Amino acid sequence: MQDWKLSRRFFAAVASAPIAWLFLFFVLPMAIVWGYSFGRNVGLTEIEISGTFANYGKALEPLYLEIMLKSVVVAAITTAICFVVGFPVAMAIAFARDKWKPWLLLLIMLPFWTNLLIRTYALLFVLGGRGLVNSGIEHLYNGTSLVSQLLGFGAFDPYQPVQLLYNNFALILGLVYVHLPFMVLPLYAALDRLDKSLIEASLDLGAGHWKTITRIVIPMAMPGILSGLLITFVPALGAYLTPDLMGGTDSQMIANVIERQFKRANDWPFGAALSFLLLYATFILIALQALRSRKEARQ
Amino acid sequence: MPEPIIEIRNVIKRFGNLAAVDNVSLTIHKGEFFVLLGPSGCGKTTLLRMLAGFELPTEGQILIDGQNMSMVPPNKRPVNMVFQSYAVFPHMSVADNVGYGLRIARTPKSEIGDRVQEALSLVQLGGLGERMPDQLSGGQRQRVALARSLVMKPKVLLLDEPLSALDAKLRAQMQFELAEIQSKVGITFITVTHDQDEALSLADRIAVMNKGQIAQLATCSDIYEYPANRFVADFIGSVNIFEGRMVIDEPERAEIHCPELGRVYLNHGVTGPHGSNLWVAIRPEKITLCKPGQAAPKDSPEGTNHADGVIRGMSYLGDITIYEVELPSGRRIRVSRTNLSRFDQDDFTWDDPVSLHWHPTSPVTLLS
Repeated sequence: MQDWKLSRRFFAAVASAPIAWLFLFFVLPMAIVWGYSFGRNVGLTEIEISGTFANYGKALEPLYLEIMLKSVVVAAITTAICFVVGFPVAMAIAFARDKWKPWLLLLIMLPFWTNLLIRTYALLFVLGGRGLVNSGIEHLYNGTSLVSQLLGFGAFDPYQPVQLLYNNFALILGLVYVHLPFMVLPLYAALDRLDKSLIEASLDLGAGHWKTITRIVIPMAMPGILSGLLITFVPALGAYLTPDLMGGTDSQMIANVIERQFKRANDWPFGAALSFLLLYATFILIALQALRSRKEARQ
Repeated sequence: MPEPIIEIRNVIKRFGNLAAVDNVSLTIHKGEFFVLLGPSGCGKTTLLRMLAGFELPTEGQILIDGQNMSMVPPNKRPVNMVFQSYAVFPHMSVADNVGYGLRIARTPKSEIGDRVQEALSLVQLGGLGERMPDQLSGGQRQRVALARSLVMKPKVLLLDEPLSALDAKLRAQMQFELAEIQSKVGITFITVTHDQDEALSLADRIAVMNKGQIAQLATCSDIYEYPANRFVADFIGSVNIFEGRMVIDEPERAEIHCPELGRVYLNHGVTGPHGSNLWVAIRPEKITLCKPGQAAPKDSPEGTNHADGVIRGMSYLGDITIYEVELPSGRRIRVSRTNLSRFDQDDFTWDDPVSLHWHPTSPVTLLS
């Protein structure tokens, strides 16, 4: 392929449109919001950019730090569960027959292509008080109750639906459900590249499957695992819809707080400061990962 | 009687409708260097992988040291394998690679250190234990793979195309070294290769495989000098094969008429029905090339068989020259000639008429 430097004009022609787009609709608005984070409200819609750090100071108050910390913990738990669930799935796809692989990958991708709102409402329907899970359990419960009645032990009390929604359990379940493909795809890419004879060599030298996975497969797939963890953690940290729709009153994450600043609280400068704190945290994580992979490439 | 270490009994391996290994039975002896030789797709690698346990036979049994291996997974078998790609673990140092199996087996630490050093010096990598695999050459990586297997003291060592990825010089050196290591450790070696030179230089016995079956199982010289059929004769070395019909068959003498070559005289009997079709195989180095009329006299043993022809092709290889001689029938026959002096290769050139003669013991008769 020709180096773009050799035909600058062609490169300029091709690249100017996307660069203009990115500048107008990404860099510029972000810069404005970044500016707001150093401002203060003067009146209902007017913001004066005064260069104050007060918003950042407010963001570091215990109330918001606690929510920030909770968001990190929730995202970390989500990422960990996604890894535990996603790793065997990725292994299974990587070791499936070649003609099956595209179909199995499609099964992973399919929900990914469906609107997030629709998927979340589907999950609400499954987990709700009159949802699929509860009515399934209710049928079993009533059946058992009937048998108990027939046997003369008397009927059970009326069925009380299990609370599956609007709590932290629902929040994490929802987040895992939404973010699993983010984990499976990079893991699959890493495992599929793995030289299968390394696994055979490990078995040949006496290691069982578990030891082969912990000592050969995981270390070899580590770059893919780390990028899978990062790619899952970052969107989970910024999740908004799932905690809003599935979480309880104590399941708020940082994105919900940010949203409130821009809407109900009408405190744009503070919302901007919170947004950028989240953004900085994400940047640091991505930078660390980039540094690590560059170090690896140099070796 | 040599003691058997591996017995393969009527093993069949099918992939879908294709029988990669088609009813193979053979016995491999303790301490021998055994080579499975054949073209790609002949089933030799599948057979090796069944010994390692990575494939299971569709039918038949494999016994290693008297034990049936049907239900034994690869990590419980008393065999180790050196992979074609070497499969050296890239995230471990050389010493950690070699010690991997011992650590898995929970060998005491002090013993691991000693045995790793011992194995590394056996493959002449004594000082390189701390290196990482990406700092090694291909040949060194192969030695790591070899040491990693040998350190386990397996009953049988399996090698998949051990020399195929090395350059010619290194390959020649490694051939001798493998043979030396094998005699030093006394472990049974089983090698898979498609390279006949590699097979002949390494093996005590060779099994030539074709289309999932064993075409011949014999020592190196028997495979070369007494091939069992046309496939083996043609696969090992270079050979001229002529179709013919038996005209005289006595205990001490036989004559075969080959339409493309003429009469071929043998000083021994041939098994097979009189008048039946068969094939005569003559190796290029067993034919002598002379100026016309200078062939050995008809009554001497060397001169029993005669042919005339014209040189149509030459390929000078330094130590020998290979000539393609066109016979009166139009068929070409390949003759090789050792360049004994620094000048005698000048004696023959394109389009020269020549005489050929060969000994009555030289031709091999093949029934299939």
